[in-house]
Amino acid sequence: MATKLKPVDAVIVGTGVVGSIMAKELADAGLKVVALERGRMIDPQHDFAVPSTYDELKFDRFSDIFQDLSRETLTFRNSPGERALPMREMGSFKPGEAVGGTALHWSTHARRFLPWDFEARSRTVERYGKGMIPENCTSQDWGITYEELEPYYDQFEHLYGVGGKAGNLDGVIQEGGNPFEGPRSREYPNPPSPMSYAGTMFATACAELGYKPHVNPIAAQTQAYTNPYKLMLGQCIRGGFCTSHACSQGAKANPSTTVIPALLKQENCEIRPLSNVIRVNLDSDRKRATGVTYLDASGREFEQPADIVVLGAYTFNNVRLMLLSGIGAPYDPVANRGVVGRNYSYQSHGRVTMFFEEKAFNPFMGGGARGTAIDEFNGDNFDHSGLDFFGGAYVNVASAGALPIRSTTVPAGTPKWGSEWKRAAAHYYQRNFSIRVGGGCQSYRQNYLDLDPTYRDANGLPLLRMTFDWGENERKSIDWVTGKAEEIAKAMNPSRMNTSGQHGHYDIVPYQSTHNIGGAAMGADPATSAVNKYLQSWDVSNVFVIGGSAFPQNAAYPPTQTIGTLACWAADNIRGTYLKRPGPMA
Amino acid sequence: MQESAEAPHVFNYLTQPEVRFLDAAAARLIPADDLGPGGKEAGVSAYIDNQLNSVWGSHGRNYRSGPWPEGTPYQGFQSRLTPREIYRAAIRETNVHCLKQYQKAFEFLGPREQDDVLKGLESGTIELSSVSSKLFFGLLIRNTMEGFFADPIYGGNRDKVGWKLIGFPGVPPSNYNDLIDEHNVPYRVEPVSILDIRQGKVQLDAQGLPKHVRLKDAEQE
Repeated sequence: MATKLKPVDAVIVGTGVVGSIMAKELADAGLKVVALERGRMIDPQHDFAVPSTYDELKFDRFSDIFQDLSRETLTFRNSPGERALPMREMGSFKPGEAVGGTALHWSTHARRFLPWDFEARSRTVERYGKGMIPENCTSQDWGITYEELEPYYDQFEHLYGVGGKAGNLDGVIQEGGNPFEGPRSREYPNPPSPMSYAGTMFATACAELGYKPHVNPIAAQTQAYTNPYKLMLGQCIRGGFCTSHACSQGAKANPSTTVIPALLKQENCEIRPLSNVIRVNLDSDRKRATGVTYLDASGREFEQPADIVVLGAYTFNNVRLMLLSGIGAPYDPVANRGVVGRNYSYQSHGRVTMFFEEKAFNPFMGGGARGTAIDEFNGDNFDHSGLDFFGGAYVNVASAGALPIRSTTVPAGTPKWGSEWKRAAAHYYQRNFSIRVGGGCQSYRQNYLDLDPTYRDANGLPLLRMTFDWGENERKSIDWVTGKAEEIAKAMNPSRMNTSGQHGHYDIVPYQSTHNIGGAAMGADPATSAVNKYLQSWDVSNVFVIGGSAFPQNAAYPPTQTIGTLACWAADNIRGTYLKRPGPMA
Repeated sequence: MQESAEAPHVFNYLTQPEVRFLDAAAARLIPADDLGPGGKEAGVSAYIDNQLNSVWGSHGRNYRSGPWPEGTPYQGFQSRLTPREIYRAAIRETNVHCLKQYQKAFEFLGPREQDDVLKGLESGTIELSSVSSKLFFGLLIRNTMEGFFADPIYGGNRDKVGWKLIGFPGVPPSNYNDLIDEHNVPYRVEPVSILDIRQGKVQLDAQGLPKHVRLKDAEQE
């Protein structure tokens, strides 16, 4: 039997980007808050001390800041006709499991989505007609605009100390920034990072071709910074070991550096680690949540009553908890009805690797997503007339630090092992870099999340089942933009070039990105979205479901900044509106 | 798991015949040549022994419940066996194949025959009775690369030979920011490992980061 605890005002599931901001903002509003985290407590100074973070093998494979798949994983298949099998080993993506969440190991590439991204469907139909949208494509407008989110992007950028150069200040295009970005109300809080040698070569080639190269905005601090919660972040030392890694310098903005230390001082907020929420409890008419049930480290069951329930976990867990709790109608892809699990999506990628004979890039020097990009081929920044896809990709060179196990790259056609491989590895490690093509991913009827009929977690509950494959639209858009990237590459005169696109089936084995989104989409219509524009469940109005889960489809840019921004937006609306008059806000 | 770079590894999980098999395989996958030591010299076998004894070797953090139908290649690892069990079975069964084909165990074959066997495992043309040869080769090549390039605390990459081969400096110093504008200037140093720091072999600054020692021109390339 569950032990019933004393009620609180708000219970928050997860302590990542979303959970930490929600806990802080609601605690600041005077609410009594409990944040439940399935993973362990993290003390960055102890857990991420020098030199133990400089360990590629550990953070590639077995770090305990990643989800422990022995207790809980998901099952996967490419299409509804196949049998889904469990993801037994971590591969394509790396969800986190610790106080601080997945963002403990993000690459800090902090971009605002384009205004177009929030209205992708209606703007595409308006400009090119309905025929531009593939038949089974369920991509839709977000029910919110860039203009509405702008103040919250600004809030998040200051919270996370993003360094960059504005490209559009209040509608005035700025030299050196991204001219395609939406208008911003003020500059970034920190200056842009200086360009690497590779980034400079890329920028020169792009400028010669008439594009507008700009420095990637990043949340690896470009100078020492104190954020609005009065927390100090150190300057990034460009030591590499960024992607998948925790940062020993406190320079990577994430919940453990930007929010949690402030939260721990707050008497009206408590973080309970090793507390695995298994269900949101609903009252008898299922219109109102009464709190959540969770298991503590010993497996004891507790019921935490609360007036507000915030699901702020990773995409998969938000969706799974809704399904396990019966919040919202599960998606049925055959009838194309129901909303929970609908519009699951990911991100598409292409890459052009250039090999040179007489260069030295020192690729181990890097920090976060430091690099250079162009945005000419993203979203609807170019005319798609005559093309057979919509959306696009941004093209960039980033140096997170080339680590030897993963990033010893050799020209295509080189054997995978033996003397010839060794010679190429030795020669080219210092003499290659990649142009990466980061593409959006539309949503489709046949790509969705539901509960697996066979496989269960360590608590005996059904695993989440992912059905996903690449759409033709993504294969085509990545092919087309990667062709543009090849032109840029050729302008740099490499001796050899490897090109890869988004061909074949989605493969859950190689690491791609931890950018899983959707399944609890936000929107204006309860028939096609699980939450309204305030991230509030249409069905159970005191449940807010916030995170990547709310994206109806994915933009080309990395999602973290928009996830954090949605938390800032939701928190402000709960504080300003919901608390005064609890109930449906839309 | 920490161990000295100099002391010989004491094998814990792997048997001596298995070690000889893996030494021979590592010597073909990454051969010693004029560029420097190969996989065998780097201690790939010691690395694999440590890994098979680790949480990963028994898939301690991986999902292990059945049922176990055969999946598509896109669904990833679906074997009932853990890596330590796969190595044990596959080494024995590969040697059964070698004895049948060549009347010799793998370790006694010539380099060309050894390469043929490795290619047969890689392509799946050699069939093993209890485990997919492709699955085994996938683990072997992955672990060999890891044993060559991972920090020496894991028992491989002895004397940082993998890092020296490609010019990877290991644990960074605190002053890379000073070098941002030194474009196209190779940064060549004696690499520093976590093991070096744990053993007190390198000078550290106030932050605990190593002070790199630049290689002289004569030592470059």
